[in-house]
This record gives sequence, structure tokens and C-alpha cells, in this order.
Amino acid sequence: MSEITLVEAVNLALARAMEDDPDVVVLGEDVGINGGVFRATVGLQTRFGAERVLDTPLAELLISGLCVGMAAQGLKPVGEIQFMGFLYPCIDQLVNHASRIRNRTQGRLTCPMVLRTPHGAGIRAPEHHSESTEAMLAHIPGLRVVIPSSPERAYGLLLAAIRDPDPVVFLEPTRIYRAAKGEVEDNGEALPLDVAFVLREGRDVTLISWGAMLKETMAAADALAADGIAAEVIDLATLKPYDEATVLGSVAKTGRCIIVHEATRTGGFGAEIAALIAERALTSLLAPVTRVTGYDAVIPMARLEQHMMPSVDRIVKAARQACQFS
Amino acid sequence: MASKKMADGGLPVVARFEVRHRNYLAPDGSIKRPLPAFASDAGLLTALYRAMMLLRNFDRKAVALQRTGRLGTYAVSLGQEAVSVGVASAMREDDVLLPSYRDNGALIWRGVKLEEILLFWGGDERGNHFSGPVQDFPFCVPVGSQAPHAAGVAYAFKLRKQPRVAICMFGDGATSKGDVYEAMNFAGVHKLPVVFVATNNQWAISVPLRLQTGCETLAQKAIAAGFIGEQVDGSDVVAMRAAAEDAIAAARDGKGPRFIEAVTYRLGDHTTSDDALRYRSADEVQARWKEEPLTRLRSYLVGQKMWSKAEEEQLAAECHERVEAAVERYLATEPRRPESMFDHLYADLPGVYAAQRRELAGEGDV
Repeated sequence: MSEITLVEAVNLALARAMEDDPDVVVLGEDVGINGGVFRATVGLQTRFGAERVLDTPLAELLISGLCVGMAAQGLKPVGEIQFMGFLYPCIDQLVNHASRIRNRTQGRLTCPMVLRTPHGAGIRAPEHHSESTEAMLAHIPGLRVVIPSSPERAYGLLLAAIRDPDPVVFLEPTRIYRAAKGEVEDNGEALPLDVAFVLREGRDVTLISWGAMLKETMAAADALAADGIAAEVIDLATLKPYDEATVLGSVAKTGRCIIVHEATRTGGFGAEIAALIAERALTSLLAPVTRVTGYDAVIPMARLEQHMMPSVDRIVKAARQACQFS
Repeated sequence: MASKKMADGGLPVVARFEVRHRNYLAPDGSIKRPLPAFASDAGLLTALYRAMMLLRNFDRKAVALQRTGRLGTYAVSLGQEAVSVGVASAMREDDVLLPSYRDNGALIWRGVKLEEILLFWGGDERGNHFSGPVQDFPFCVPVGSQAPHAAGVAYAFKLRKQPRVAICMFGDGATSKGDVYEAMNFAGVHKLPVVFVATNNQWAISVPLRLQTGCETLAQKAIAAGFIGEQVDGSDVVAMRAAAEDAIAAARDGKGPRFIEAVTYRLGDHTTSDDALRYRSADEVQARWKEEPLTRLRSYLVGQKMWSKAEEEQLAAECHERVEAAVERYLATEPRRPESMFDHLYADLPGVYAAQRRELAGEGDV
């Protein structure tokens, strides 16, 4: 078993899903012979044919809408949107159709689709290529929003997303597409959705994050350990619906919580977690819940983007303050 | 489409297109050109007439229910009954219908019960868990947003080599949306078995067609997507049935998509929440009554001795009885339990929402 990158793990999961289930169809812009702009679908068209791996016209709304129609026929479409900044035309389909056709028809029609898209900043990409608007998606009832933070979880969670009978938006952390490497066994085993992963156990402070920010969050935990602060690190992994029990259990233990995300702060998903803790774990708290997030600004282009994103230092500082609070 | 002459200095024409108009019955029921073969089937023609009459009676009752607080907002088909009935009558059961909110006639033809339609407009999702073909889509309210679904459904048919056709119905306003064009464009690329039917009733709520498009026809929009668009007299049910039959047969036969522009007129308000007199005159509406589809077909049927006064009276009584019985069943349907709003949110309700469901069920606080 050799080490592969996160984007290779995505490719491996797609190939496995297509191999196992003839109903799985991959569609998007340039996903065919080109293998996708990030090469996530490379080799699939050669292996599974142009009918199951189709290059769509350049129309994102169409991609999401096609998925809804295909899924209603029992196919398991996996649509690709090249960058999260181009996902917004799909919002109508996600809100009005994908997430609610099961409810609208009381179970008569369903929507087992996956919409994959790269997520986040940090690759010095052009304008509109660095979005992290996951909170917008996590607000939609009936949808699942999943984001892996390692090759192993990319493989296992994407398989789970494709097999799930309901629609899933699968966000792929662009910044660690190739930076994250790990051993992945192509055994066809899915990881559970709706479940958070405790990446590191600790008694002093809970650090919660998802996607690429786990890299800085884990580095912060290392730095804190050097100071004698034992941080527990939670990879939320599924943002909708999210694993409240793991969050609350950890905060009950540590009494301190830092939430880290690169998305802007106001109305970000960190606010949801902070509210949950305020409602359900207030008496466990030894310090205020703190969010370390992107600023409430438009994500800057390449020259300033690193200033937008939470740094290891900002996370460490917030955790230290929480530990000093009481 | 009339090709527009350019000051071209003799440049060659690389493409030329045309749009045909189909019509058989004149407003007075006289025949304008030889009728299609099915028109010799008196049973079929009277079935179309009966379906349109039922729809008109049903609409009238639905509006009465709305006015007396027993139904929510409702969209009548008055004046355009021939479109939904004509199209649905040309479909096979295992074809898939993707209707807009004014296509009741198609749903009823395909076996959806009247009380199920009332349930939907009465605010109950169970109306969409209907007795029609199980893969048919529910009414689409966000205008034109079901067109990409139709392309997806048709793609599934093609992938699985199933001889089935998706039929997507929407109004003139929907043709202004990217959704519809994106779907048509994709359908053209893959020659998908899908038929798009635009009911051009001249009005998108208060916006007249001339503010919707600069095109001479809506049918020509299909040309940009690479397939045939035909304009049809949408108040002539014989023309609607014939056009739909041709288009569906071609699509089933692997010849790719078709587009039908059904030119008709919305004699009623947009919905029960609308007052069309705010934006169009009573005179305009009155003038269009002479084109309406029921009188037209009846005149033809009576002229052909396919229909009698006695049958007309019997049909009126039957419609009344069917509608009243449906209303009774609708009104007797108890609302769903509040917590059932979680029943079909996901295949299996995630555990984190169990407490909210319990709260709605009155089983303790969150």
C-alpha cells in the first residue's frame, strides 16, 4: 500500500464506485478526456466510457439539474463543479429541488446525487476560485454537506456520499488536494457520514475544524502540546447534519472550545457550533467559546489571501487565552 | 423563421431555418386541413373533450373552494385546456411528465386523482404522492427549473436504452430562463428523448409576450439548441394531440428532442391571487373567448354527429358528480401530524433531529 494524495483518493473512490455500481455516472465540465481541472476524474472516461463519464456543456445550473433528473430515475450521478465560486447557479437546484424532492413527493421520488466541488483558498488561484461558503449550504434542510481532511477520509466519505440515498454536496479542500498524503486501501469500505472524527485526544481545550484548516489546527495542537496544553482536535467532516454529541462530549471534558474555519466569521458555521455549546454545554465552559476564522471581508486575491486565513499562531493564541481564562 | 436579409455583399448563407405552424380546427369547428388519422376515432376525440370539460369543471370548483377559504392559491387552466390534455393523451404510461403548476389537465389524464390535486393546492405534500405514474414529477413551481430534470431523466432513458420519453411542460415566461435553454442545449447535444412544450398563453402573470422575447415565435428557440421547434394552435386539441404524437414518436425513435410552442390564451387570472384586470382589458379577454378549445371541439364533434345534446348533459352531470365526490374526499382528509414534516426529509432521519421531531410530536422539549 503506497501513499497517495487527497485528489488521488477522490479519483480512487470514484473509480471504485463506478466499478461497483453501473448506476454511478460522473458528469461535469472537462471531466472526460481531460480528467477534470484538478485531475480528480482522470482515467475514468477511458475506463467507463463517455456515456457514464460525460463532459457537459459549460453550464453549472444544468449540471446540478441533470443530477436531480438522473437521480429521480435511480441513477447515482456525481456532478463536478470546477470551483466553489461557480457553484452558485446550482443553489436554486439544491434548495428547491435536490434537497426537497423526497419530502415534496413524500418519498415517491428521491435524489441520491453528489455534487463535488473544490473548497477554499490558498492555491494562488484567480478571482472567484477561493470560496468557502459551506455555511450557506449547511443551512439547507434535506441536504448533506461533507468535507474530508485527508486522503483516507476523502476516499471513505466520498464512497459513503455516493452510496447515500440523499443528496450530498462534497467539498474537497483544494489547498491539500496534493499536499495531503496518506495510505489508502482501495477496499471499497465507506466511512460513516454525520460523524465527526477525533483526530487527537486531549483534556484541556477542544479545537474544532474541517477541511484544509485541519492542517493548521493540528499544527497548533502540536505547538500547544509543547506548552503542556493537551488539545483535542475534532474533524467535523459532515457539516450537515453534524455530530453534536461528539462536540458536546468533548467540550464537557475540556471546558474550552476554539472553532477554526477559513470562511468569513459572521453567519459562518462556527456560529452554529458556538450556539450549540451555549445552549447545551454552558455549565461545562471554563472560558468563552472562540472562533478563529476568516475575516468578514471578500476573500482577497493571491497577494493577500494568506492574511485572510487563520494561521497556526492565531489558533495557538486563542487556545492559550482560553486556557488562561480559568 | 423568416431569414433576415443582411446587407451582405454577397456573403454565402450558411444556415437557414423555418418554423411551421400546425392547426386543424378553426375556432368555429370547421376543418382547415386534412385531419390526422386519429381524428376518425370518435372515442378518442370524445375522450379528449370529456377530459377538457372535466378540467374546466374542476377548475371552477377549485376557485370556489379557494374563495370560501377551503383551498389555497390555485392556478386555473381556463382557455388552455387543450394543451395539457392533448399532450398527455399522446404519452405512454411509462413516459415521464415534468409539469408546471398549470398542467392539471395532464396529471388528471395520467391518473392523478382530483382529490390529490386539491390536497396539493390545499397545502398538503401528500397530494404529490399521487396515483399517477410513479416516476412522474410533481408540479414545478419555480418557473422552468424542471427543464434540466427532464434532460436528466431523458439521459437516464438513453443510457439504459429504454424506449421512453420525458415530456417537460412550462409557460412562455419560462422560455426566458437560462434553465430552459441550458436543458434544451444539452438535450440537443445528446439527441435525448425529451419533448419540451411551452404553453404560450401570452401572459406571464402581468408581463405580455412582447416584453418576454424579441423573437417572432418561441418555437424558434429550439433552433438554437439544434432541433425542431413547431408552433401549434394550442386551442385546437386535435393539433396539440397530433403535434405531441409526432414529437414523442420522433423522440422515442432516437431522432432527438422536439419543442412545441402551444399558442393559446390564458382566459383566467394567473392564479386566484391575481386580478388580471390590473394589466389587461376585459375587451381583450372577451375577444379571445371565441378561440377557446371546448366550444371549438364541440362544434366539430356535433357537426360530425359524434356528440349529442344528451351526451353533453350527461357529461355535465358526470363532471359535477366526480368533482363533488373528490371535494368531499379532499375535505375529509385530516392534516398530517406535525412531526411528519420530518418523515421524508432524509431516507433515515439523522439522530440530531430526533429531538425536534419529538418536540413537534408533543413528546417533551428539545
